[in-house]
Amino acid sequence: MSTAKKGDWVQIHQIVLKPEERAPQVPDDTKQVPLELWVKGYALTEAKVGEQIEIETATGRTLKGELTVINPKYIHTFGEFVPELLTVDRQVKEILFGGEK
Amino acid sequence: MTIDNSYAAVTGRKNEIMKKAIGIDYSIFESEGIGFDYERMMREAGYTLEEIQKIQSEVSVGNTPIIELKNLTALARKMAPKGKGARIFIKDEACNPSGSFKARRAANAVYHAKKNGYKGVIAATSGNYGTAVASQAAIHGLKCIIVQECYDSKMVGQPEILEKQRACEALGAEVVQLTVGPELFYTFLMLLEETGYFNASLYTPFGIAGVETLGYELAMQFREKEGRDPDVVMVTHAGGGNVTGTARGLIKAGAENVKVIGASVDLSGLHMASDQAFNKKSFTTGHTGFGLPFATWPDRADVPRNAARPLRYLDRYVLVRQGEVFYITETLAVLEGLERGPAGNTSLTAAFSVAQEMDEDQIIVVQETEYTGAGKHPMPQLSFAKANGIDVRFGNPNEEIPGESIILPEHPSMIKIRDFDLNKAKHSYIRNSITNNNVKVVSKEDLAFLAKDTKSDEQFVINALTEMGINIK
Repeated sequence: MSTAKKGDWVQIHQIVLKPEERAPQVPDDTKQVPLELWVKGYALTEAKVGEQIEIETATGRTLKGELTVINPKYIHTFGEFVPELLTVDRQVKEILFGGEK
Repeated sequence: MTIDNSYAAVTGRKNEIMKKAIGIDYSIFESEGIGFDYERMMREAGYTLEEIQKIQSEVSVGNTPIIELKNLTALARKMAPKGKGARIFIKDEACNPSGSFKARRAANAVYHAKKNGYKGVIAATSGNYGTAVASQAAIHGLKCIIVQECYDSKMVGQPEILEKQRACEALGAEVVQLTVGPELFYTFLMLLEETGYFNASLYTPFGIAGVETLGYELAMQFREKEGRDPDVVMVTHAGGGNVTGTARGLIKAGAENVKVIGASVDLSGLHMASDQAFNKKSFTTGHTGFGLPFATWPDRADVPRNAARPLRYLDRYVLVRQGEVFYITETLAVLEGLERGPAGNTSLTAAFSVAQEMDEDQIIVVQETEYTGAGKHPMPQLSFAKANGIDVRFGNPNEEIPGESIILPEHPSMIKIRDFDLNKAKHSYIRNSITNNNVKVVSKEDLAFLAKDTKSDEQFVINALTEMGINIK
């Protein structure tokens, strides 16, 4: 499903500043890339992913941008397991309760 | 006629946009030259402690518990010389509605916005403050926009910031996410102009006054619990509001002998506006990338005069390493049964080390905790670091290089604060005051202001000015 219908919850993308428009104090690596923006809202028009779409945000603002995702999900998690943390657990318990003088 | 929304035009309209969006005429507190009347600004543009207590209690903010960390204290004493190892306490600010002390700042800002008829609030923050503003806006029925610096140019976001986006949206806010760069301010200004919403800046007099209740409460709780004031209050230092508000609250409680120590994570060498360095750090707040610039030039903030002026209040400033904070965060969970942080545990990490310099009968208090969750926890933050090529290993934290390695201490005895020379920061502040105000001669009034703003004396300021070749009128 890569077409958003009117009323779908979507995320859009905009280029705020092109590389050549970036502020003078920005470091060189950042000057090579545009300033980009993402925001979510209800689709006011129909569009395919990658096409321009108009949305209404949670505060009621109307915005245009490139449709990136329909029903955008949260992707952050607890990450990969980090076994080093178990080592910390064991170490502090051993120092405190393990009979070390 | 269409409005010119070019970068230069919008940033050029900064002062008029801000005046409308904050409703404070800062010019009335200004004097000629460098200084301004800080206390008058705090008095007239802010709220009294009593008013704030009322505002906050009506939205269930504040009155958070104090917890004695007996096991962590016992662990510190194992590392300390005989007779040393102060009792470590924590103020569990995670119990606030939005899970951090930032609820105190937001409660005031949003109350003020509502009272003055604004329809909504906007805050530029990637931190807990966004969640706090969203939470308070929900309570007061105001609209809310949070502007975040979130992604690098490959749209890879810091897990900690992604979690804050989720939390803000869960509380009903609109979240505008940007890639790295100081031009976030440009987007922020355009949003203020477009919506007419209130700028819920972190740095207004009412925002800072919101933290005063924390310091005040803390002193009162210790008098009740222990019959005395604590010896040291440890504060994680980033933008300066936490230090300033807490210290002012302690002073208002008459706890003037309490030492206020600021702590930041050492991220020296990483450029904060760099696209490539953005995801090389594992802390998005509480670090030197905010701590130093905001201490040495507070008026860089999004308001004409920053109410957060940390050098006025800091007795000492210490640095810890990322690996040490993760280690202590894990220790807090398994020895005290408290999953909190990690960023908010910066001051706890420092306290673990400072306690070992203090006598056993002394008291050190860490004045905050923050909620933890997916993205905002040692596991996702360390695995994100590994995925970004950071060398995560056990070793000597002194060898940690920000952006290259995170070194978990091989043994907790290796967790050691590094003192940052406050006099150096004070010199930088004085230099910035001269350069940014473009003055050649300093008046007697400015001399007094600079002494006050650096918690030093006039001779200290005179010496610093003489080194710069600046004369006193």
